[in-house]
Amino acid sequence: MKEIHDFTIVDRQQCGEHYFILVLQHADSMKAVAPGQFVEVLVPGSREVMLRRPISIHDADVEAGRLKLLIQIVGNGTRRLSEMRVGEKLNVVYPLGNGFSTDIPADSKVLMVGGGAGTAPLLHLAKVLAQRGIRPTVLLGGRTKDLIPVSDVFTPYAQLLITTDDGSLGHKGMVVSHPEFERPYDIIYTCGPTPMMKAVARSAAERNIRCEVSLENIMACGIGACLCCVTDTDLGHKCVCKEGPVFDIANMKKWYEK
Amino acid sequence: MLEVKVHNLNLKNPVMTASGTFGYGEEFSDFVDLSRLGGIVVKGTTGERRQGNPYPRMAETPSGMLNAVGLQNVGVDAFCSDVYHRIKHLDTNIIVNVSGSSIDEYCMVAEKIDNLDAIPAIELNISCPNVKKGGMGFGVDPAMASQVVSEVRKVYHKTLIVKLTPNVTSIVDIAHAVEEAGADSVSLINTMLGMAIDVEKRRPYLSTITGGLSGPAVKPVAVRMVWQVAHAVQIPVIGLGGIASASDALEFLMAGAKAVQVGTANFIDPAITVKIVDGLEGYCRRHGISDINEIIGII
Repeated sequence: MKEIHDFTIVDRQQCGEHYFILVLQHADSMKAVAPGQFVEVLVPGSREVMLRRPISIHDADVEAGRLKLLIQIVGNGTRRLSEMRVGEKLNVVYPLGNGFSTDIPADSKVLMVGGGAGTAPLLHLAKVLAQRGIRPTVLLGGRTKDLIPVSDVFTPYAQLLITTDDGSLGHKGMVVSHPEFERPYDIIYTCGPTPMMKAVARSAAERNIRCEVSLENIMACGIGACLCCVTDTDLGHKCVCKEGPVFDIANMKKWYEK
Repeated sequence: MLEVKVHNLNLKNPVMTASGTFGYGEEFSDFVDLSRLGGIVVKGTTGERRQGNPYPRMAETPSGMLNAVGLQNVGVDAFCSDVYHRIKHLDTNIIVNVSGSSIDEYCMVAEKIDNLDAIPAIELNISCPNVKKGGMGFGVDPAMASQVVSEVRKVYHKTLIVKLTPNVTSIVDIAHAVEEAGADSVSLINTMLGMAIDVEKRRPYLSTITGGLSGPAVKPVAVRMVWQVAHAVQIPVIGLGGIASASDALEFLMAGAKAVQVGTANFIDPAITVKIVDGLEGYCRRHGISDINEIIGII
């Protein structure tokens, strides 16, 4: 069940120049959220920003009524959000979309590949898998180290690997060039820039590894009504907001081969 | 207090939803008690299943948005066999927006919807700017508008609403033409043809280059057109275009609309429709109005 709620911002952290985290507190009892689901945030006080902004859930503590959003500053909407302060209210529609599959065998070998703001949903996923006794490998990539918003937060739950295109942090090169990427995983989850996710999906498909990608398209409604955010799939156009944002690549050949 | 009548449709209140912005209603059931709405106009339905236009299909613009969805829908047969059975129990007027690219297609879809007991009306969309063939083509020429409406009139026996495009020199001429051809009501305005360019990438935001503008940006144009048409025709007018509050809805009612449709605002606040119903009730109470019809068309 989805709801519209005025959360209170209880903490704000800057993560380098391009990213920040908002910690939101629910006033009452928060709805359950699954890893990979997202929220639509109303941006207050901006005449240029009318539509809500879709933001993936970085972390959630349902019992405590807390949501963490990791946000990249990309335009007017996210810039305005970055100026919000502790104590202010944020109107949120949540939880939206379908998350990652977490009902996998406990002995699964799991790889998560994140790029930039796409790192966000992987933390919640790693925590949920950790509760099931699964310790995934998390591979984070960015053009430079400034474009890796968070990394250490993963270490309690996962083996952490980092690549940067310029070698400013971790392995030099792209995520798919990391030697650990070639291992025979049972499932790969990925979220990040489209070219990165397509490269991951193509490699997974070639090696017959189950793979889930979390897409980010321009959205209006966030609930499958306006049909603006569609992606190509082998089954025709699908709404990223409602039928995604997480898709199993089994039906996404048309997307990742393009 | 808020009951209005549009031809044979009895509405609990004047607030309906605009086609293409409210899915089949189901998408909003977590946020809205659907039985509190005057009516729901469901997604534009065509003869065949349509995939719509390629992504990107939407761009935000000042106080509005451009869309170029291109009538993506499941097609009339899947609507009748599947969607209809999921929504037919809803305690509100469910109206199907009927689209097509030929007169035959409009008639075929209308005829199939005519057989559905729980659908008391169709809204004939002769105004979609986002499909290459037909669509808006019918809505910009009085003779063609008249022809498609009179053909559909022969096969459709319930309330026939015709949705008009603002992308014309004289919307009154089109309204007259469809009234004479047998329309029971007109709804206006559909989106205004617009365009936006990403100067960094040096290309249009939309895959189709142009698209339909909606949202508060179009509201004054819509109010003006509703006022002009309401004064020119005898059939009831349904007003839409940028309504996001009870006060916006009241502007349309005072300009002559018997009912209104809420569109883009549903994306910003999924519960906006019932808030507008509450707001209309509050307005009537504050102003001692016992029947909202008292203020319809007072301008």
